[in-house]
Amino acid sequence: MARQASPARVLTTTIAAWVVGFLIFFPILWMVLTSFKTELEAFSTPPSFLFFHWTTENYATVQGRSDYVHHAINSIVIAGGSTLIAMLIAIPAAWSMAFAPSPRTRDILLWMLSTKMMPPVGVLVPIYLIYRNFGLLDSRVGLVAVLCLGNLPIVVWMLFTYFKEIPKDILEAARMDGATIGKELVYVLTPMAVPGIASTLLLNFILAWNEAFWTLNLSTSQAAPLTVFIASYSSPEGLFWAKLSAASTLAIAPILVLGWFSQRQLVRGLTFGAVK
Amino acid sequence: MATEQTRGLGRLLITPAVAALFIWMIVPLVMTIYFSTLDYNLLNPGTEAFVGLENYFYFLTDPAFLASLQNTLVLVGSVLAITVIIGTLVALLLDQAVIGRSIVRLMVIAPFFVMPTVSALVWKNLLMHPVSGLFAWIATSLGLRPIDWFAEAPLFAIILIVAWQWLPFATLILLTALQSLDEEQKEAAEMDGAGAFSTFFHITLPHLARPITVVILIETIFLLTVFAEIYVTTGGGPGLQTTNIAFLIYSQALIQFDVGTASAGGLVAVVLANIVAFFLVRIVGRNLET
Repeated sequence: MARQASPARVLTTTIAAWVVGFLIFFPILWMVLTSFKTELEAFSTPPSFLFFHWTTENYATVQGRSDYVHHAINSIVIAGGSTLIAMLIAIPAAWSMAFAPSPRTRDILLWMLSTKMMPPVGVLVPIYLIYRNFGLLDSRVGLVAVLCLGNLPIVVWMLFTYFKEIPKDILEAARMDGATIGKELVYVLTPMAVPGIASTLLLNFILAWNEAFWTLNLSTSQAAPLTVFIASYSSPEGLFWAKLSAASTLAIAPILVLGWFSQRQLVRGLTFGAVK
Repeated sequence: MATEQTRGLGRLLITPAVAALFIWMIVPLVMTIYFSTLDYNLLNPGTEAFVGLENYFYFLTDPAFLASLQNTLVLVGSVLAITVIIGTLVALLLDQAVIGRSIVRLMVIAPFFVMPTVSALVWKNLLMHPVSGLFAWIATSLGLRPIDWFAEAPLFAIILIVAWQWLPFATLILLTALQSLDEEQKEAAEMDGAGAFSTFFHITLPHLARPITVVILIETIFLLTVFAEIYVTTGGGPGLQTTNIAFLIYSQALIQFDVGTASAGGLVAVVLANIVAFFLVRIVGRNLET
């Protein structure tokens, strides 16, 4: 039985928690509010919190002037493509490690984890030169490849921890009933694996969407995803706060929604199953 | 249990992943090692020459290296301290009876999903701008002098931004761990007359030791390579005040095009990260039963 807290205590903790939550969330809220201001009001002191002239013109300008949609499509292609390819490579591997482990499985898993520990900057030079020589700089294919490989260890690990939880007895039972490996996969394993696969897909799409080392270093315009597009607002001549806010709001809104759905998986995915 | 047939199939299925990661790790690493022994600048193509360990000597004795190593350690250490301490407090708070807890939790974890370039620019402009930023307005209203964050305390400004991004991660993991703590154990302690503080230090904190370790190690891996936040706000400056190891190597490689020195620096970064990775892999491996 959980302890019953007194009403006064519940009131105190509730107020405290809401204040803390609001403070942490505030920069995002402030950005969204600013995106609906005019440039003049965005700069004005004292700042107006709610009573300003609400406008959506920034959103129209962001698309009109800077081809926002082009970069958004790049983000979708790069994050989606790298995630899907990583899944195609990782699902068989995780399946085999979870259901047909060999004495070396543990070492392979830990080795995969250790590749994720390699700082990207340690291999920046060779990757940059390889990309330059093969014409992969500022190409979507190049970014898909590098993000796919970068996230592959996390994908394998997450899938592995999910597949491990599928009871093996079920496979034995299916085999007794004469199911072949193919049927086993389609009718028994797949339905049980779908939730884990979906969570992995979601979290890695988010990670790839927000990746800002390789995208900043390997793309400039043609293949540039939203991370790079937003970075272009850092130049002094581009200091339009309302437009920066509108572009930023558009860039993070979809991922914020996906992220809120995946919060449980976040813990598991990013701690490699060490905390569940 | 696994038959010979499934063993063979298992090996076949695991091969693409292992091969892809092996190539991804080995090829660039070997190239980095090779480049690090060359005098190689992209601005003077065709003049590459073997120089042995000279690049390492040059990189490690460069004052910029010591400055950026110090910045890296300050950045990682401060962000870890802020996120773990505040994260623990927020997690403890959210573990209490709170009306509308799921909404509060959504607000708390939101910063983690904001891409680094967005959070850096929103903080730098909308909040920290010395004239029109919100912090400046708050300071002026309170009769204080507004801080010009990126001129007076640039590294601290970066630390604040990065800590804001990682606070949700620490909070979420510690909250998850707290929720698995046995209520009865806490109740028993309270019946034995333990106060809130001694319950925290003797039951809750020991229970959090492992998740805190995991948070520290994983954050360290990512914090050692903070890049985008520096790239869009300060560009490493003023001077070298916000240059960390990752940014130093980037500027040697892609601004000065000094491939040799940048490669030597890259290997130094790999070694640093591996010291941390060594401990993380052991901790994760300990509770991995295959």
